[in-house]
Amino acid sequence: MSEKSSIAALGDADTVFAFKAAGADAYAVMNEAEAREKLRILARNYDIIFITEQFAEKLPDLIARYKTRPFPAVIPIPSVSGSTGYGRKLVKADVEKAIGTDILQVEEKKDD
Amino acid sequence: MAIARVNPTRMELTRLKGRLKTATRGHKLLKDKSDEMIRQFMLLIRRNLSLRMEVEKELKKVLGSFMLAKAVSSKTDIEEAVAVPGKRVKIKSGSKNVMSVEVPAFIVDASENGEEYPYGFASVTGELDSCIGAMGDLLPKMIELAEVEKSCNMLADEIEKNRRRVNALEYVMIPEFQETIKYITMKLDEAERANTIRLMKVKSMIEGRK
Repeated sequence: MSEKSSIAALGDADTVFAFKAAGADAYAVMNEAEAREKLRILARNYDIIFITEQFAEKLPDLIARYKTRPFPAVIPIPSVSGSTGYGRKLVKADVEKAIGTDILQVEEKKDD
Repeated sequence: MAIARVNPTRMELTRLKGRLKTATRGHKLLKDKSDEMIRQFMLLIRRNLSLRMEVEKELKKVLGSFMLAKAVSSKTDIEEAVAVPGKRVKIKSGSKNVMSVEVPAFIVDASENGEEYPYGFASVTGELDSCIGAMGDLLPKMIELAEVEKSCNMLADEIEKNRRRVNALEYVMIPEFQETIKYITMKLDEAERANTIRLMKVKSMIEGRK
């Protein structure tokens, strides 16, 4: 497993460029179909995959499949054009799944 | 509540009592497990949320400055500069056990250290240097985010599964056992009474013949 144990970034060219410069493996994709294809391949070879929220939002079924497995960790990140809030929504979804209600909502409002 | 189809015998009663005891004990254990898992989950999810906020904020800043750096230099220069990656970030992945849930643990492997700025300083501006530096600083945090977020995902899943088990025991299995035990006890008592009456009747018949 030489390629395993490194980090991949998947998303639009501008975003993954930054990851490439920092030493992660970057994969630029243009559209949903390409992203789906690429994510499937990357999931076999990488432990951590950062995917831009724009694409993550379009592939919830595929990401959900990796969710309950230890590897890979598919983590949505904001892209160059800013955060869509999708990543935070997933955190909230987790809380709702585990506790039943979103108890972090109250705390977050205090922070704002 | 539905009563399981059983023969109202003493043996069945003993068997059911044993099962009820096991179910009650299992229910208590699972409930404790659920409580502890939720406690662990709360710690993790708080960390997850604050990490995510931080990472999102910083990443936005870094990506913005990357765009600026790209704008300042020519496109080919920049792409040439990062075409050959200098330092490749490597991670070691193991696993951690949180309440018997196997969650991943990532450690940044610093052993493979290459040149951080694998390009001539003449062709690109200082902006790119500082961007790459900032991104390099941010990556460990993002890796931690990956670890924590994955742990939360898996723990949430496990908590949900566990809750189903607890509820199945509490609202289906245990009441069913109790009902069935009650039913068998009543049947047995009834049989006992019938038997006593029969004996009394026989006795009085025998006495009446004398």
